[in-house]
This record gives sequence, structure tokens and C-alpha cells, in this order.
Amino acid sequence: MSDKTNLNGRLHEAPAPESNETSQYSLNDDRRVKVLSPGAMVTKRFLRNRIAVVGLAILTFMFLFSFVGGLITPYAEDQQFYRVEYQNKEYAGVVRNEEFRFAAADGQKFDSVLQAQTLLAIQKNTPKFTYRNERYMLSREGEDFYRVAQGPNTLGIAYKDIVSSSVEGQAIPYKLQFEILKAYTNGDASFSLDGEDYAIDEDGGVFLGGEEVAFISRYVVQPVQNDVFLSRAFQEELVTELEDGADSFIFTDIDGEEHSYSVKYRPDLKRWTVMQATETRIYDTYAAPSRAHWLGTDRNGMDMLTRLMYGGRVSLIIGFIVEIIATVLGIILGGLAGYFGKWVDNLIMRIVDIFYCIPSMPIIIILGAAMDALRVDPQIRMLYLMLILGFLGWPSMARLIRGQILSLREQEFMTATEACGIRVSRRIFRHLVPNVIPQIIVSVTMGIGGTILTEATLSFLGLGVKFPFASWGNIINDVNNTFVLTTYWFIWIPAGLLLLLTVLAFNLVGDGLRDAFDPKMKR
Amino acid sequence: MRKFILKRLFYSIIIFFFVMLIIYALMRCLPTSYIESLARQRSMQPGSKSYEEWMAQLTSMYNMDKGILLGYFSWLKDFFRGNFGDSWYYTVPVVQKFHETIWLSFWMGLISMFFELVIAIPLGIVAATKQYSRTDYTISVLALAGISLPTFFFASLLKLFFSVKMGWFDLFGLVGRNYEQLSSWGQFLDKANHLVLPILTLVVISIGSLMRYTRTNMLEVLNADYIRTARAKGLDEKKVIYHHAFRNTLIPLVTIIGGSLPSLFSGALITETLFSIPGIGYTSYHAMVAGDIPFSMFYLAFLAILTLLGNLIADILYAVVDPRVRLS
Repeated sequence: MSDKTNLNGRLHEAPAPESNETSQYSLNDDRRVKVLSPGAMVTKRFLRNRIAVVGLAILTFMFLFSFVGGLITPYAEDQQFYRVEYQNKEYAGVVRNEEFRFAAADGQKFDSVLQAQTLLAIQKNTPKFTYRNERYMLSREGEDFYRVAQGPNTLGIAYKDIVSSSVEGQAIPYKLQFEILKAYTNGDASFSLDGEDYAIDEDGGVFLGGEEVAFISRYVVQPVQNDVFLSRAFQEELVTELEDGADSFIFTDIDGEEHSYSVKYRPDLKRWTVMQATETRIYDTYAAPSRAHWLGTDRNGMDMLTRLMYGGRVSLIIGFIVEIIATVLGIILGGLAGYFGKWVDNLIMRIVDIFYCIPSMPIIIILGAAMDALRVDPQIRMLYLMLILGFLGWPSMARLIRGQILSLREQEFMTATEACGIRVSRRIFRHLVPNVIPQIIVSVTMGIGGTILTEATLSFLGLGVKFPFASWGNIINDVNNTFVLTTYWFIWIPAGLLLLLTVLAFNLVGDGLRDAFDPKMKR
Repeated sequence: MRKFILKRLFYSIIIFFFVMLIIYALMRCLPTSYIESLARQRSMQPGSKSYEEWMAQLTSMYNMDKGILLGYFSWLKDFFRGNFGDSWYYTVPVVQKFHETIWLSFWMGLISMFFELVIAIPLGIVAATKQYSRTDYTISVLALAGISLPTFFFASLLKLFFSVKMGWFDLFGLVGRNYEQLSSWGQFLDKANHLVLPILTLVVISIGSLMRYTRTNMLEVLNADYIRTARAKGLDEKKVIYHHAFRNTLIPLVTIIGGSLPSLFSGALITETLFSIPGIGYTSYHAMVAGDIPFSMFYLAFLAILTLLGNLIADILYAVVDPRVRLS
């Protein structure tokens, strides 16, 4: 009936462009009818189905995306990206010295009890004090600078300004310290010691013949780590910045390298903490979508879009190979069963029944876990996965082909092949199976979708395709981490959508093909 | 009829035998790390036998020292005597763990099946009666989308919208944090609340195929001659569809639904695992991944029996529902 409608439809359409000539043909002339091959008919019917065409378009896009996209993308499948992160590490501590410090003169004893007595005397502002029947003299040598003496002997000094050496690893002798302190606290710009002339500038630098030997300052700058030497220039600049109340500054060292520091003042300790920003290179994980990474990066710092492309490649290839294995097995066994019938059919169909009854998902999960335990190489594992899925998938194909062949073999053309003396294998695979190809194509198309879904589910559970290979399933696997689920949509939603669209497209195309091959089904 | 059933039953038993043989052989080929670690652990104890001796004792205890075929027969013997052994992973008798978890899965399956039927059958019929209309296309595409939807992706989407954005449900588990403090009614509501998303997932995932099945069958019936006759004699279209056509559509539907009844007990492996619902699917997933052979064997045997039972019920129902089959 459908053939008739098609013919009528075409009769109405065909004459239009060449109306003059067609009128001359007789009614049953073949030239009146545009003859289409069966393939062209199927194509035409398929293209008329808008939904199926949408499915085909999606599939085309997916193939281009995964197979061509992988070539176009500038990144490799497992290329990891880094980002530079600045971490503030405590670098130095600064304290403005508000307490007296003490130093013993060369060869003298100036113990802590005596130091405490000295402090008391300074606070009471008395030039003399007695301790354990000994008399001590306290003389003010400059601002916040005192000298303690017992008789003619100078025992030690009490001071607040701190003298440090400008040369790394060199200590300041007591005598020099005394002279520097005396000059600095009295505001003198120069002094001489042992016949050498020293000069002090307003920043507290002490120069000997134009070369800086020491400096004096009220601030104590100490590095957090013992092996770090803080240069005079750094300390000076730091102190100037601190007095200005700055909370960060940039210091250019002798080599011309710029370092940035941030400063924090803790009032409870009266201490400034200087933090240095250090660069650390870490994997650029879960980066948000940007110009360089259109879909961001994943948990390993790999480009998401590239992973998706390669993942699509893996998913599609697995889908195809599994279906090819299942189809080849199904055609051979189904063809044999259908053609020979009797005990062959019975045997093969019982095997099919057994396979139908095997719970495939649990079996695959168990095998996946076993491969985990045996630490199978990811690449070989992928191969095993395809073999297992293919081997578990053939029975439905065999059943389909057997059912079709069972009815086909009773038709006249089979009697003809028998009469011609064609070999049995040729009869089955050249004459019977081609008649089933439409059903095979439909079943394979929908089967690929199903296989991709199974593979994705396994990979999602961590039992299918493994890192470093990408697959849409193992990309979404990250969603098991609740933080990723809630925060990083770009990690799992694109992969899920691609998966959904691909499987849907395979199903749509399969449906469309079924209708196109067999218009009777779609009345 | 009885002869038919007996024959099918006999077939089922044969198939069960071979299915379990394949599964047993497979299980035996897996690395049995459990026995090794147990033997190592026990040989560590002071005054204990050596590792090799423990290994030998344990392998013979679990029938692992015999050949695959002999071992299979002893497993089969134990199985039919109702001796299912202890789970290695849960360290309780397999049947006890099974009993604890199966009912949750059953109720979950039953509720989702109810919703599936209530939604899928009417929609399938509507799609078939209005073939090629916009409704038909929408329903067909939605059904296909449901089939194509990866369970884990859909579950994640549900979690994102309903658990995270709306905060209506918890992300995981069967009971909430303050379950112990609730009254018995409150505990019931708490569990029900936790089952909403899993059941929604199950319904959406499996609704598509039933919808398509209904539509295809309804289309077939609508093209039958007796429908044309019914229309020709001027019957009301409603009566044609809901009285004549629908009843005939029910034949394959009842068959397929009856056949899927046993699978209510099989649990939803993926969905339960995704939502951490301690049903049979979740429990056996963990047992299987941990290489718990007694529990896995029991679960697989159980699944095989359910499948066979389903086929059997479908065959019988087909004969019962459709008188035409009975005649031939």
C-alpha cells in the first residue's frame, strides 16, 4: 500500500519540470517515473525524518569534536598546566627596642643581678648604687646610654640603640660598640678609635675610610631563618617604611631583583612581621573557564575541553569495537542457528539463553575490581573491557539474526541457491545475512549508544577506562567529590551533556533508520 | 498447560546450572586476596601455625583446593541445602545481610514501578493515538532521552538542584543526622525523604523503554483489522481506543510487567550506590568490589534465579492473558 502512495506522490511531482516532453510518454512508460535504488529510497525516507536528521547532525558533530578536535586542540591529552601561586612566608621580624640591653666590658663580669640593679638605678636616676656592700657608679654617657663602673673599672654598659655589623659574619668588638654608641647618642658625626677615624651618618651608618663597617639603630631586625642575612640596605629601607606606617614595600636587591614584602604590625607583641611573597608552581587544578582553557581544567590540571575530545574518542571507539565484536559473533552464531535449525539451533539458542541469564553488570563490576587488584595496565585494561562487553553483547544479536533467517530460509530464493549448488557458507553469509542487514544496522546503531552508556557507567564507578586515558565517564567521576559537585559545574556538566547527546543521537538515528528501512512499521 | 510449565521449569534449572558454572569458574579465577590476608593475619598470632598451613586449611574450608568442577558441585550442594556461608566483607552470614537489605530495595523498586506504570502507559497510549502530532514527537523524544540518560549524570543533576541549591534533601544515605531522636512517624518520614531522589532517578531512567513499548504495541493494535471494523461500525473513538484497542495492548504489557516483577528484588545497583542507600544493590556492590566471594556468588545466583523466574512468569502470563496462545 505504501508503495502505491509513493508512486502516486512521485507521479504528481515528477512531470513538473519537463511538462512538455512527459506528455508524450505513454502511461506505463518507465521514463515517466523517476526510479530510485533501494539505498536512495532509504536515504530519502531517512532525510525526511526531521528528528533523525537532528540525531545525525549531533553524531557528525560528536565525531568531528572527538576525532578532529583532538588534532586541532593545542594541548595534549594528558598535558598538565601549572599556575604560579604567591604564598606569604614569614621572612623577618622587627622590634623597636624599648628596653635596656646590657653588654659587659672586655674581661669584666657584669651578671644579670647586677644588670637588674643597674636598671633600678637608671629608673631612680641615681648616679650611685650599692649592692652586696659594693659600690657602683652609674654615669650617663648619652641618651639612653649608661656606663656602669666600679672604682676605675668600667664593668659594662646599658643601651637601647643596637649596633650591628654591616659585614656578614663579623662581630663588633666592645670598644667599637662603646664608641659608636657614645657618638650616636650624643649626636656626634665622627669619632676616633685606635688612631682611626670613623664617621656616622644620620641614618646610623658607621664608616671607616668611606667603607661602612657597622650601623646603629633603635630597631632590631631579625630574620626568621638563621641562614638568612639581612643586608644593611634592606634593614634601613624596612625601618624607614615602618616608620611611615607602610604595610608593604618593594625592595630591590644588589642583583637588581625586585622582592615584594608585606608588613604586619602586632600591637600585643609590639612587633612587625615582614612577610615575603614567594612564588610556588602548582598544578592548575579546577581553574575556571578562561580564554586559554574554554572549559577550565580538571583535578589534575589538564585542559577540560581537550580531555573531553579525547574522552569522546575513547567512548566512541569502545562503542564501535564492542558492537563489532558482538555483531560478528552474533552473525556467525545466529546465522548458523537459523540456517541449520534442529540441534544446532537448539544448542546455540540454549547458549544464548545462558548468556541472557548472566547478570552482566555485576560480572563486569567484579572483573573490573579484579583488574584493579591485579594492577592491569590502563591500555590493556581498555582492551579487556572491550572484549568483555563484546562477548556479553552477542546473544541479542544472534537471537535477532536467527529469527529473521528462520523465516527467510523458507523463501524461494533460498531454494534457488540450493538448486544452483552454492556452498552452504556462501548461502548463509552471502544470501541470507545481507537480507538481515537493515535490522543489523538498526540494532548496531542503538547498541553503540547502549555500550557507550555502559562504559561510561563503569568508568564513572572507576572500574572502566582509567587515568591517564580520558573517557566521558571517568571525567564525570570527579562529581563523587561533593565539593566538585557543588562548586565546579564545568567539570562534570559538559561531559554529562555530551554523553547524553551522543547516546540520544545514536538512538534517534537508529529509530530513524528503522523507519526508513521498513516503512510498513511506520504507518 | 502444566506440561508446558514443567518443561519450562526444567529448562530453567538446566540454564541455572550452566550460568552458575560460568560464574563460579570466573570467581575461582579471581585473585583471592581475602584468604591470603586472613592466613597472613592468623599466622601472625603467637604460637600459631605457619602461613602455608593456614593457607591450606582456609582454602580447603572454602572449597578452593578442589578443581573448578568439583568445587562447583560442592558449592551447588551447599547452595541447595541453604548453606550460603558467611560474607567475608560484612563478616555475618550472607543470608542475614541479605535479609537486612533486600526489603528496602524491594519497596524502592515497587514504588518506582508504580510511578513508571502510572506515567508511562497513559503517555504511550496518547502518543500512539496522536501519531505524528507534536505530542507524539515530544513524548517519543523524551522517552528516548530517558533511555539515553546516564544514571549517574541524572542523579548528580538532581543532587545539585534539589540537595544543594534547594536544600530539600540530603546528598547521601537513608537516614538523617538526627534520626535516632525522631518519633517512629518522624523516622518513617525521614526515610521517605531520603528515598525521593533515588526513586525519582529510577523512574526517569526506566520510564522511557516502557513508554516506547506501550506506544509500539498500541500502534500495532490500532492498525489491526478489528479496530478498523470497530471504527467502521461507527463506534465512538473513545470506546474504540479505551475499550477495544487498550485491552489488546494490555496483553504484551501485562506479560512484560509480570516478567519484570521478580526484578523488583534485584535492587538498583547503580542508583543505590550513587545515593548510598543500603539496599541489596549497594551492599553487593561493595561486597563485589572487595572480592567477597560468598556474598557475590549468592547475589549472582539470586539474580540469575530472578531472571529465570521473570522469563517463566512472562511465558505463563502470555498464555494466561491471551486466549489465542492457549489454543495453539
